[in-house]
Amino acid sequence: MKIKGPKDFWAGLMFIAFGLFFVAVAVGTPEFLDRIAGQKLIPGYQFGSAVRMGPAYFPIVLGGLLAFLGALVLIDSLAEEGPKVPRFHFRPLIFIIASCLAFAYLLKPLGLVIAGVVLVFVGAFGGHEFKWKEVAILAVVLAIFSVLVFVYALTLPFPIWPEFAS
Amino acid sequence: MEGLLGNLAIGFVEVFKLKTITLLGATLPNFPLNIVVCFIGVLLGTLIGVLPGVGPVATIAMLLPVTFNLDPIAALIMLAGIYYGAQYGGSTTAILVNLPGESSSVVTCLDGYQMARQGRAGPALATAALGSFFAGCVATLVVAAFAPPLAEVALKFGPAEYFSLMVLGLVSAVVLAHGSLLKAIAMVILGLLLGLVGTDVNSGVLRFAFGIPELADGIGFVTVAMGMFGVAEIVGNLEYKGAREVFTKKVTHLWPTKDDFKRIWAPVLRGTALGSALGILPGGGALLASFGAYTLEKKVSKYAREFGKGAIEGVAAPESANNAGAQTSFIPLLTLGIPSNPVMALMIGAMMIQGIAPGPQVMSERPQLFWGMIVSMWVGNLMLVVLNLPLIGMWIKLLTVPYRFLYPSILLFMCIGVYSISNQPFDALLMAFFGLLGYVCVKLECEPAPSILGFILGPLMEENLRRAMLLSRGDPTVFVDPVHKPISFGFLLVAAILLVVIALPALRKKREEVFVAEEQT
Repeated sequence: MKIKGPKDFWAGLMFIAFGLFFVAVAVGTPEFLDRIAGQKLIPGYQFGSAVRMGPAYFPIVLGGLLAFLGALVLIDSLAEEGPKVPRFHFRPLIFIIASCLAFAYLLKPLGLVIAGVVLVFVGAFGGHEFKWKEVAILAVVLAIFSVLVFVYALTLPFPIWPEFAS
Repeated sequence: MEGLLGNLAIGFVEVFKLKTITLLGATLPNFPLNIVVCFIGVLLGTLIGVLPGVGPVATIAMLLPVTFNLDPIAALIMLAGIYYGAQYGGSTTAILVNLPGESSSVVTCLDGYQMARQGRAGPALATAALGSFFAGCVATLVVAAFAPPLAEVALKFGPAEYFSLMVLGLVSAVVLAHGSLLKAIAMVILGLLLGLVGTDVNSGVLRFAFGIPELADGIGFVTVAMGMFGVAEIVGNLEYKGAREVFTKKVTHLWPTKDDFKRIWAPVLRGTALGSALGILPGGGALLASFGAYTLEKKVSKYAREFGKGAIEGVAAPESANNAGAQTSFIPLLTLGIPSNPVMALMIGAMMIQGIAPGPQVMSERPQLFWGMIVSMWVGNLMLVVLNLPLIGMWIKLLTVPYRFLYPSILLFMCIGVYSISNQPFDALLMAFFGLLGYVCVKLECEPAPSILGFILGPLMEENLRRAMLLSRGDPTVFVDPVHKPISFGFLLVAAILLVVIALPALRKKREEVFVAEEQT
């Protein structure tokens, strides 16, 4: 077996994984697995009937369908030549995501100004050029702007400075 | 006709109404709030339209939390302004930089940029703006004329009809997605499933929440949209060392010549008509409209040979069409409560946040909101002409701002927006997850747009499916009963036909490939 269309191969795999995941959580673990583990692993939801659909009905049908479509895409990728998966650029990906998380988790303890400056610096590392001076100016301007617009004008309940400083 | 005028009058009164607002702790009486937010909306729309790599979906998602404090009418007027404003701004970038500032101005690049190279950037920009304005005016009337009768029909819809209509909407979204049909359907289903996370309304069971209390209310729509479109877009843009060349030469002679006017009036009319029609279709909107109009124009124009070499018709038709389509795509939203594209899905989100259940009852229960929004579109279009013609120089300057300044700003505003939804860092974590998912999906050529529609429709579809099945006592033929449920049957029939039609060329192509392979062996 040879993967002829890597793009579709991975896409199919992703769909199968998502589909089965939703089905598995909705169905719950089968009894014998629970018995081995000694406890109910995944409780699952009630399936119900066509007349009175339980909370598991729609997700199981959809999840099954998704896994099925994923399988079709996957089989297709084995039969037919397809494009390669383009290279992942981890640098922007990691820095952009890190900057979002840093901002969110720093906002409450350190305030909007510091969290904003951190976001701009971390985010800027994900780009092609990084000039300290430029980024510093940008960070300061953006921090002032967002305090004025979001805290003062739009009255979002954000702390501006760290708790211990105010 | 009289009813229409009366309704438009309600709208005008609403748009120009003076309200008392509180800003920075000061109370301002007699403040023309709706006009001001309309202006802010179209200004922001033009801004993001001009800037390549910033789309209306991410922008509206970013601004949704900001609109929490506005009253519903003002919020919707502003968000609508962003969408159609982006159609104006997008053409500027397309013409001057040969980059689509907005996805719907992709085709404008073809002839618009050629015109700019020939030193006719001015007339190209003016044609785009005037065509858009004309189309905007007509489309506003189309919305005003078609929405009431459609809402009338929609009021009679039961759960079966709604379910089938949503199926049709999702199928249309699939049909319009690029690339593989299978993958597009799978993305829709993935969206539907993600939409089910949270408390099940019927049984009260917490589904797919894994003990995370923040997931009890489901995944926030804003979070998904910002992650899949905003974050993923930024990462995608950073991959390319973009050295974009801006046509910074002074744009002179804005006004088209007499000859130009002679050549553009027919394409503008055709573009407007086609755009208005395509915008109404579920799954339609600005993007489809502009592509359709360009193709049509190329077929019927006397100057077909000039297309791609700077034909003014190639700017006039798609630019009129995308603005018309952007506006008429509000019809399914306002009358059926069904979004036809991701931007409309966000508008539904905005309405729900404001406590308005989108659907046919909005028009009768809140006429001020409905007609105010429609009239605001016309007023907004007028503002856009002013913003885009006399002030064009300002936007050209903006184009010279490098992306390395833009994206940290966008990122910061997105994070502030997503954090303000519930004042919890958890939403940012979710946004990061969906950013990653969106990036992977783009790499694997799975378009995220259909999944966003699925996401918003997931709970609605389940609800209507359950109700329809309960009413029919578990008989699934209720959806395809041509005698008792002709409307539902019709929707599903159209959906099925669409799928077959789309699948056919693919089938044919595959068969041809097989034949070719056989001949070679």
